[in-house]
Amino acid sequence: MIDSGIETTARQQGLVACTHCSRVWPTAATQCQRCGAKLTSRDARSLSRVWAWWMLGLICYIPANIYPMLETKLLFKVSGGTIVGGAVELFAHGAVAVALVILLASVAIPLAKFGAIAYLALSVQQGWQSNQHRRMQIYEVVEFVGRWSMIDVFVVAVLSSLVQLGSVVSISPGPASLTFALSVVCTMLAARSFDSRLIWDSIAKHDTNRDQVFKP
Amino acid sequence: MSIKDEQTAALADLIACPTCDALYQNVEPQFQQRAVCTRCHTVLSAPIKGSVARIVALAIAVVVFLIAAVFLPFLRIEANGFKNASSIFDAAFSFSAAHLVVLSIAVLILILFIPMARAALLIFALSPLLLQRPPFRGAYLAFRWSEDLRPWSMAEIFVLGVGVALVKIVDLARVEVGAAFWLFSILVVFNVFQDTLLCRSSVWRALDRARNGVRND
Repeated sequence: MIDSGIETTARQQGLVACTHCSRVWPTAATQCQRCGAKLTSRDARSLSRVWAWWMLGLICYIPANIYPMLETKLLFKVSGGTIVGGAVELFAHGAVAVALVILLASVAIPLAKFGAIAYLALSVQQGWQSNQHRRMQIYEVVEFVGRWSMIDVFVVAVLSSLVQLGSVVSISPGPASLTFALSVVCTMLAARSFDSRLIWDSIAKHDTNRDQVFKP
Repeated sequence: MSIKDEQTAALADLIACPTCDALYQNVEPQFQQRAVCTRCHTVLSAPIKGSVARIVALAIAVVVFLIAAVFLPFLRIEANGFKNASSIFDAAFSFSAAHLVVLSIAVLILILFIPMARAALLIFALSPLLLQRPPFRGAYLAFRWSEDLRPWSMAEIFVLGVGVALVKIVDLARVEVGAAFWLFSILVVFNVFQDTLLCRSSVWRALDRARNGVRND
């Protein structure tokens, strides 16, 4: 262990750590004696779960952009607004700042999240030696930002419960609100399925390889 | 002491970083100081004096506020003589009209039930510690669950969503915000406070001490 700046890991000492309460147990242990959580030194199926949720999230994200989030009934005219359509309309009305915020929250951030999770999973699977701290930051940002995408769904909920003004104007949720919510939940589950310890194992492996090479 | 007990005791002196698996001696930092993993910079422990009492107090406040918020008016809208009032239940169940019942239930769970459950679990797990008593059976499980629920508790995101919705309709109609809206906004502040106070490893240590009959400061 040269680059990593630590003495050793639980795994190298034949121990398994509880990710819930940080206690360590002999590798044979399957359940934490303190908090009762399941123990796995490295979750071997972690990456398959990540990819499964990732795919499901992406599949849900496509209809979320095709179908309307909101259906507005103004007098007798019904109009449906997709996420991008709504932003374009705002652009046309000159509300550029609001349009940018919507595009950022509902299009740019979800797409970046898909990209980031795929990058993390691939980097572990392919054993890329890219900067661990950078990858750790990406992981933390994805975990933190993920839940905030639900804001769109709540906006739809509030608008459609509030704007029910008889025959004048009423707003009701469109089918995209469901698939968008599912997509957010799936990406959250994908990020949470990722075992972040795998990021750091690559340096450990790298270092032991180097030790072997340079041994006299 | 058998060999197995000795091994277990020795392992109690070690902790592993939950994010990167680096192994450390289990040294409890002083109050207001932090133990940080030297490899991945995850905060391992950041004890705050009197945090358990404040966490329980905030959790009780959250439960009271949530119950009150359900029954108080949330938002009112008025345009061209038409009026409509909306409660938090209305907001959640707006989806039922469009055969999106699943989503209605999910919204209700995310903004009401999970915040409520988290607060209740924390009260159950930690309140005996305030009376210098050993924790209840299941306190460890309750605290673990409350931490697992943390990312799914979305009251603060809902409040921001309400803000965005109000901006969108402010030109269209006159909107009055009710008491429940303000309760929810204060709740968000409580949640932020609680998250800064709640140091996971300190709570585990406090639970261990209470179970072994050692006084918690």
